Amino acid sequence: MAMDAAEIVRLIQESIPDAEVSIEDMRGDGDHYSATVLSESFKGVSRVQQHQLVYKALKGRMGEQLHALALKTGTPS
Amino acid sequence: MTDSPVTQRIRQTIDNSDVVLFMKGTPVFPQCGFSATLVQVLSLMGVKFKGVDVLEDPEVRDGIKTFSDWPTVPQLYVKGEFVGGCDIVREMYENGELAEFMTTNGIDQQPQQG
Repeated sequence: MAMDAAEIVRLIQESIPDAEVSIEDMRGDGDHYSATVLSESFKGVSRVQQHQLVYKALKGRMGEQLHALALKTGTPS
Repeated sequence: MTDSPVTQRIRQTIDNSDVVLFMKGTPVFPQCGFSATLVQVLSLMGVKFKGVDVLEDPEVRDGIKTFSDWPTVPQLYVKGEFVGGCDIVREMYENGELAEFMTTNGIDQQPQQG
């Protein structure tokens, strides 16, 4: 199963409007992505919680439709 | 409200061992690259851990996702606390945070000489 990169970005920004998302399709198969998500809203939030916020934005697709999303999160520098 | 049996089982597992890795496959034969990465990290650090193969136990495979509010496996627990999945643990290993975290929690480490 695969997912379009633009759809991933859209879902993340729907939940985290200020998110800067850069995404890379690591194998070109629409199933193994690497994403960096930066948002001011991550300030003072633990890394586990930052990732949880992104997973929530993906509404259950992570681990289902989306097999692999290597995730890095942080605040804009 | 009482916990479901699988929640109780998970809690017991993470209470009984200081370091628990919920993974696909076993530490000797990981069945997934992400699980293999974390086995390798823990092995390089020389940290003793209990591996729980979620492929052997569909109830735990689903239950651990709800328990941790985390959608994927592997998941690392130290002293009953969720540390993270593959990305977070690898990042912590690479920047030295993980070794510090283990020390703070009184976990023995015998790093392999490289």
